[in-house]
Amino acid sequence: MSVLVYIENWNGKFKKSTYELVSYGKRLANGLGGSLTLLSIGRVAEDELKNLGAYGAGKILSAETDAPLDDKAYASLIAGAAKNNDASVVVMAHNGTGKALAPRVAVRLNAGLVSAVNGLPVSFQPFVVSKKAFSGKSLMQAEITSDIKVITLSQNTAGIETFAGEAVIEKIDTSSMTSGTKVLSTEVQTGKILLSEADVVVSGGRGMRSADNWKPLEELAGVLGAATACSRPVSDEGWRPHHEHVGQTGKVVAPNLYFALGISGAIQHLAGISSSKVIVAVNKDPEAPIFSAADYGIIGDLQTVLPKMTEAFRKFKSGN
Amino acid sequence: MNILVCISNVPDTTTRIKYSADMKAVDYSGVQWIINPWDELALTRAIELKEANPALVQKITVITAGGADAEPTLRKALACGADDAIRVDAAGGDSLFTATQLAHAVKGEPFDVILCGIESSDYNGSAVGGMLAELLDYNSVSAVSSLNLEGNSVKVTREIDGGKQSIETAAPVVLIVQKGIAINPRIPSMRGIMTARTKSLKVVAAAAASPGSKVVGYQAPPQKSACKMIDPENMDELVHLLHTEARVI
Repeated sequence: MSVLVYIENWNGKFKKSTYELVSYGKRLANGLGGSLTLLSIGRVAEDELKNLGAYGAGKILSAETDAPLDDKAYASLIAGAAKNNDASVVVMAHNGTGKALAPRVAVRLNAGLVSAVNGLPVSFQPFVVSKKAFSGKSLMQAEITSDIKVITLSQNTAGIETFAGEAVIEKIDTSSMTSGTKVLSTEVQTGKILLSEADVVVSGGRGMRSADNWKPLEELAGVLGAATACSRPVSDEGWRPHHEHVGQTGKVVAPNLYFALGISGAIQHLAGISSSKVIVAVNKDPEAPIFSAADYGIIGDLQTVLPKMTEAFRKFKSGN
Repeated sequence: MNILVCISNVPDTTTRIKYSADMKAVDYSGVQWIINPWDELALTRAIELKEANPALVQKITVITAGGADAEPTLRKALACGADDAIRVDAAGGDSLFTATQLAHAVKGEPFDVILCGIESSDYNGSAVGGMLAELLDYNSVSAVSSLNLEGNSVKVTREIDGGKQSIETAAPVVLIVQKGIAINPRIPSMRGIMTARTKSLKVVAAAAASPGSKVVGYQAPPQKSACKMIDPENMDELVHLLHTEARVI
């Protein structure tokens, strides 16, 4: 009964979500009465890998390669590691990479897959997990009935725990990896807080009125160390880039604190934010549906409210 | 080139979800069914590519796994501009079951590019596309936000954390697509609706397949407590509450 967790790296580094995933894997292994094995693909320094010991990592398989993500090649490596280590549960993050790889790994292992699970299983025997369905409108419990089980974990649903122990690194062979896809170029914005990793998200809607009005929103985000986001009409209008669109067909986020500024709260938008711990809404329309999803609401005009809000947070942050 | 677009038949986004009395099943009575929003974008891009270069894209086929009640959704896809449709007569089951049904119907057929939406708005599984690729032993690229075809070469943009990658691959390939692949979904024209009635909709028998998971039950999500309203002139109050009550700053 061992658990295999695939851990992704970003230019050789791990993120907060990695620590959540590893400590989740450890608790899962404890619940099953088994051990935890991690698999890293790429080039990660030994120190960075060893750090994962504090989050419960026992054995870490390190597949050193410069090959960028190729769904088939990576899935084959993960499924191979699962077989070699008698994994009964394979865990990945429910992010872009996990979504690409988990289904392929599941087929290779003849395993049932439940994606975007919230936290630890409801029951280990039978293996029952909980997840959201219908874009956040329902909670569902599903049993994985196959011998090997594959799950992806929704970010920010399990928390981070630390454990005593040391990680042992084992290199695995990658010489037979081949790729059917070729990366021609990569463009990554640096210095920006990633929407997927942010604790605080400041998001603007049509109520911001125009692309020129984003400066005060960015100022608030700067004060809070937040990522910026927007609703669908805003990205459709081209006021903000598409990768900032939060909602059903855009990104689904789960920050601790979400600011909905001038966002009416259409059901498609709520689908993207319903996992946020706390939602603050500002809207001039007291009937806006966003107020039924929000924890704190302010009825008012953003042009006057936003600078005051930023000032209050600035005062708080400098006093801390 | 032939393009296959996988379609999931899902309840309209604004549907209020109801359950059976024992909470073990969703009650679909009175539900309006639509093409899954991501699949609709995939279909839109396929139609755009065919319109732009009919010599390169010869045919667009849509496929779904489901009962006869899924046929109106396939007809809508035909009305949007797909050339023919396949329904695998297999309702229910999990992602592994569905992907196995699709793979069974598609294996050996001359599809060069297979498009799947990145998730379906019912079970939000993000699984069928990748599973289908693995079952067919095709390459796949996920999180695809743009697609161009040049001869046998397939050029896509893949969204990654904080950026994007330009990727080249060759047919046959499964592309798992997301927002950006097309902006506004294609709406059927009156003429499209008329011609859709005469387009071919082939029904294929289900394959023997067993699911890897099953639904145990449902719950309504917990009710949010009422929104606390704050005076717009008193933003210190908001800061105070977020710090001491919500404890998020």
